[in-house]
Amino acid sequence: MTSELIVFLVLSLVAISSALGMAFSRNAIYSALFLVLNFVTVAVFYLLLGAPLIAMSQITVYAGAIMVLFLFVIMLLGAENLAPLPQAMPWQRPLAFILAVTLVVESIYLIFARAQLDTVITAPDAAANSMESLREMAMTLFNQFLLPFEITSILLLVAMVGAIVLTNREKRKARA
Amino acid sequence: MIPVDYYIILSAILFTIGALGVLIRRNPLIIFMSIELMLNAANLAFVAFGRSWEITSGKPFYTGQIFVFFVIAVAAAEVAVGLALIVEIFKTKKNINIDEMNSLKG
Repeated sequence: MTSELIVFLVLSLVAISSALGMAFSRNAIYSALFLVLNFVTVAVFYLLLGAPLIAMSQITVYAGAIMVLFLFVIMLLGAENLAPLPQAMPWQRPLAFILAVTLVVESIYLIFARAQLDTVITAPDAAANSMESLREMAMTLFNQFLLPFEITSILLLVAMVGAIVLTNREKRKARA
Repeated sequence: MIPVDYYIILSAILFTIGALGVLIRRNPLIIFMSIELMLNAANLAFVAFGRSWEITSGKPFYTGQIFVFFVIAVAAAEVAVGLALIVEIFKTKKNINIDEMNSLKG
């Protein structure tokens, strides 16, 4: 057991239990906070995998921006403590559990049986955290992936306009 | 020294928990959070495979990380529009029970 493996196992325990807490918590606010914890642990995994920039954007964009938006909407709607509703389909919950167990067993079986994954991930050396690696990544992003990058910016613009139009309905009605 | 399988198995488990959340919860906000969890699991697999290729080939390799960037941007766009829709549905129907969201006309 190297120290890296111990860190990995502890963090994956935290990640899995926070994900379960997110999926099964009664209170939506707790769910959101569990998800923030999950995002932070995944950010630490990115650091172990030698992707510091992704780790930082994970924390700022996911744990920061997206989850603040979620918490804001939960509190705005007062949806944190919805009474458990009668299930429309009573067999839905057991069926969901069976399907989930099937999915996880199947994917783990395929990973072990089919994929030839024998790489061992070592700790990133200091070069991965240098300015040079950031420059290399930016060169790849703005040369090889320039068109997807621009399309992503248009997508974000469309999403912004869409969100504003959707939430602005009453004013538009009042004017008409 | 962590075998890359461990990361992929963790990613599969997180993805399954997200899918389970989508299947069993009735609160659309939590369904949305489960979708974010699934996207996150896919991102973890992307970065793990990228790092594994980097080690195998011995050269710096950034494509996996750049794909994660795109996924994060798409997730942000999706959350903005999705939450706007949920707020709008709440304004019309006064609740957000997923079982009642069966008509497109408000």
